[in-house]
Amino acid sequence: MARVAKLRIWRGDASGGQLHDYDVPWEEGMVLLDVLHVLQATQAGDLAVRWNCKAGKCGSCSAEVNGKPRLMCMTRMSSLDTTQPITVAPMKTFPVMRDLVTDVSFNFEMAKRVPAFKPPPRPPDGKYRMMQEDIDRVQEFHKCIECFLCQDVCHVIRDHPENKKVFAGPRFFVRYAALEMHPLDTNDRRELLKEQMGLGMCNITKCCTEVCPEGIKITDNAIIPLKERVVDEFFDPVRWVWSKVTGGGSKEG
Amino acid sequence: MAEYETHEHDVLVIGAGGAGLRAAIESSAHGADTALICKSLLGKAHTVMAEGGIAAALGNVWPDDNWKVHFRDTMRGGKLLNNWRMAQIHAQEAPDRVLELEEWGALFDRTKDGLILQRDFGGHRYARLAHVGDRTGLEMIRTLQQHAVHKGITVYMECTLVSLLKDGDRVCGAFGYWRESGKFVVFKAKAVVLATGGIGKAWEFTSNSWEYTGDGVAMALEAGADLIDMECYQFHPTGMVWPHSVRGILVTESVRGDGGVLRNSSGRRFMFDYIPEFFKKETADSEAEADRWYTEKKNNRRPPELLPRDEVARAINSEVKAGRGSPHGGVFLDIATRRDPETIKRRLPSMYHQFKELADVDITTTPMEIGPTAHYMNGGVRVDGEGSATAVPGLFAAGEVAGGLHGANRLGGNSLSDLLVFGRRAGAYAADYAKSVKGPLPVAAGRLEALAREALAPFDPGGTENPYLLHQELQRTMQSDVGIIRTEHELRRAVEKIGELRARLKRVRVEGHRQFNPGWHLALDLRSLLVCAEAVARAAIERKESRGGHARDDHPKPDPAFAKVNMVVRKDGEALRVSAEPIGEMPAELKALLEG
Amino acid sequence: MSAVAPQASPTPIAARAPQRVDAWWVRPVLTVIVLAAFVVYATWAGMQNAYYWADPYLSPFYSPCLAANCAHSDVALFGDWWKWSPAILILWAPGGFRLTCYYYRKAYYRAFVWAPPACAVPDARAKYYGESRFPLILQNVHRYFFYLSIPILVFLWWDAFRAFRFADGFGMGVGTLVLLANAALLSLYTLSCHSCRHVCGGGVDRFSKHPTRYRLWKRLTVLNERHSQIAWVSLFGVALTDLYVRLVAMGTIHDLRLF
Repeated sequence: MARVAKLRIWRGDASGGQLHDYDVPWEEGMVLLDVLHVLQATQAGDLAVRWNCKAGKCGSCSAEVNGKPRLMCMTRMSSLDTTQPITVAPMKTFPVMRDLVTDVSFNFEMAKRVPAFKPPPRPPDGKYRMMQEDIDRVQEFHKCIECFLCQDVCHVIRDHPENKKVFAGPRFFVRYAALEMHPLDTNDRRELLKEQMGLGMCNITKCCTEVCPEGIKITDNAIIPLKERVVDEFFDPVRWVWSKVTGGGSKEG
Repeated sequence: MAEYETHEHDVLVIGAGGAGLRAAIESSAHGADTALICKSLLGKAHTVMAEGGIAAALGNVWPDDNWKVHFRDTMRGGKLLNNWRMAQIHAQEAPDRVLELEEWGALFDRTKDGLILQRDFGGHRYARLAHVGDRTGLEMIRTLQQHAVHKGITVYMECTLVSLLKDGDRVCGAFGYWRESGKFVVFKAKAVVLATGGIGKAWEFTSNSWEYTGDGVAMALEAGADLIDMECYQFHPTGMVWPHSVRGILVTESVRGDGGVLRNSSGRRFMFDYIPEFFKKETADSEAEADRWYTEKKNNRRPPELLPRDEVARAINSEVKAGRGSPHGGVFLDIATRRDPETIKRRLPSMYHQFKELADVDITTTPMEIGPTAHYMNGGVRVDGEGSATAVPGLFAAGEVAGGLHGANRLGGNSLSDLLVFGRRAGAYAADYAKSVKGPLPVAAGRLEALAREALAPFDPGGTENPYLLHQELQRTMQSDVGIIRTEHELRRAVEKIGELRARLKRVRVEGHRQFNPGWHLALDLRSLLVCAEAVARAAIERKESRGGHARDDHPKPDPAFAKVNMVVRKDGEALRVSAEPIGEMPAELKALLEG
Repeated sequence: MSAVAPQASPTPIAARAPQRVDAWWVRPVLTVIVLAAFVVYATWAGMQNAYYWADPYLSPFYSPCLAANCAHSDVALFGDWWKWSPAILILWAPGGFRLTCYYYRKAYYRAFVWAPPACAVPDARAKYYGESRFPLILQNVHRYFFYLSIPILVFLWWDAFRAFRFADGFGMGVGTLVLLANAALLSLYTLSCHSCRHVCGGGVDRFSKHPTRYRLWKRLTVLNERHSQIAWVSLFGVALTDLYVRLVAMGTIHDLRLF
């Protein structure tokens, strides 16, 4: 049975834009992205929208649906109230290019500033030994599909764009956590996190965790443990004295 | 001459999936100034959709495994149409490529001894796939992407290339446009590596995204390269069939590798009825033996659900045609009754998530409905086995866009290893080739203007055709006439239809302006896609037998005469020509490995 | 890598972001009401300096009781010169523990500071530095409050066991159960703390080399996942425990002796 959805889509470019109303037929089982594709093929051939895998694995089709950041390919029409207009707008934190497409280069710039993974040399047989329990934590972080919804929802840069210079954002805290907790990594990025990546700017209000389509517990498992590691290094005199006494660094093996 | 934004590099890598990233890393490591072009944002390429794992004979789970067994499995899976030299290099080098990823930060699932865990997959004699749950491709692309970030590689994102540029015989760059602004851009380079992936968007039910429109295949063909084995397109046996809008989205082979079985509407494990002669010796003929095999491989033969993909896809097709399918026209893939919910969620987290979110199905309690989906181009641009060079000087190809390694059918898991092994080789050989090129990189006068004019034609007033509808017509044609089972009559009808679509594409009209305009992008992509579709159909007409991914209803058996030839497609003016060309003789020592 | 992507200039944010239309404000309003009510009650109860001891029950707000003027002194560290409520001597520690708790920070930043009031709802302030400078950088002392809360827990358990010792010998009343439940809830709250999880094992990079700490970390992680629920339940718990003792001490209700 074909039904009709009222879509209210933000259209425009860097110079401005507004919401446009469209009536689009949809059928059982469709996701919002499908409806946008129907719209493209029938009424708005030039509607700009990024998408790739359509299965929640590539993280391309991020947008704000009824004001909430989410992936359009994982938003089932049946989960929305289709008696009301559905607003679809581009991510707010990033500059608009056109329609639903935003300039996410901020994230690629931040990626360049992450100090690289640094393992010890390989053992003679070429095979590193790691136990599953050593990597479970980090594997959760590696699930990140870089949809940047966490960056989008984070008020530190969403409502205060000037902070983009000094704040890496949840996606990169997940990345830093993945490196810091990697059983083979030998780099220490804690001072960088504290001084330049704005870890202290995060006030753990957990919106990143709420919007993560991969269900990564960004705040509890990545950001707070990083904050605690920074405390180990900079705010914990007990451990500082202990490390002086025992002669070891405070970073544990 | 109009001025276009121009960038110059030693090596230009087109495509930033696994193969492109690996090629760029290697080229850069060889000292070449390397640029990487992606049609999407960096890290979104289809490699992220590869779920099951990377095939490599590490021997971590089964010490008996080694490159020779892997070589044998690959050749047999490909029905011996493979480029045997590529299959040999692939099997020999894959383990090093996997360990290298680990050195760059990838975290594969572990064995009890702390080594990389390997899983079972169709057509592989031993558990061989290094994996991370069912999101191995994501792990691979992220690792490569992050490694590339630290290697000084220039990345150009959201840029589509429409043509290679040549100086005489050799390639000297490429021409394209920024998707965001619609402005044209010229890349000059001493060597070009194609890593543009496949052509899956030609079919209606496909696991591929919008990007897979065969740009690289068409550009290479235009530049004078050969295509091989185009008729052997792979249909993955298990794609989602319901809801309709997600039809085609991949369901990983790991479901079967981890114990899942296929059942028809009456609950029968029908794969036991479809064991071909070729694989009888190594396939279990009872459910009891098949079930024992997962834990005891020495004295039991593998379950028929883990036959190569072409066999399984055809079997599903037959069951559905015989009226024994599921309510939405597929069959049932059942892991719910075979493994406990904890194991399923741990081993197949993204499948669990995908079905839960998209189909409202809990795979730990309910069987999945699945059916074949267009998945992978087994053939592609012909390359030389050592260095991935095409017939055009300066042009290299690696990954799905290159043909040869997989023969008539690719084994699951051999794609990710292919990307790494031949991505690296293509990058290295391209960088070395670039060193040999001296002097400027001239482009013939008027060439760029002509390309620009052609690219802007869809904005001309007077056109009447809608690119989206043309695309849908092509997809329906390919689905019905160039699908899993083919006949000469249908194939000829498809060729004719594709010809008509090519004519109508000349009258395409898009609305709006050049800035991020998907309608325009599709109109340009369709030019490549139609050429690729025609190449598949024409090659399929000529191979009058059934082999691997190519199955003919009018020639249902393999024909030994066709076992010795590849179908080669070349461009002759605007027309495509197909010729059967002999496969090189395999050395005796490799031949001996096939017996075993 | 130098990513060359065309740059766009930012469009004014308000111009392009429709706001959430659902009832996002319900949660912050509830948080404000409940937290404010607790703070008002706890301050009043702590300042009252009366009705905190109903033999053998001691209100958790006054435990351990460290002044000589206590109705029931544990260790009289503070002599007769201390004229004020003994609760002041102790309440700052659990108060500080909750104030710097990673969960409560989320709750009150959202509800009281509106930074932000709910996800994708605009932050109320013009400038934002988060916890990167004084005074909020002091939130990093959370770990010390965690350390401090451990001896306090010992006293609370001691209080709970002492609640079996009636004037007429061993027994158990409803108050005993209340004190036991309170000690249990506060223990769960302390153990589920993020700092606890980190100190006990989270800081280790290679768990396989520290199997004991790994097991501990895994168990604490299970608790930590419920930290927010435990935070609320234990908050109600401690307030109700005080109320119970207070009402018994005032004679408003009678403690039911079970045996």
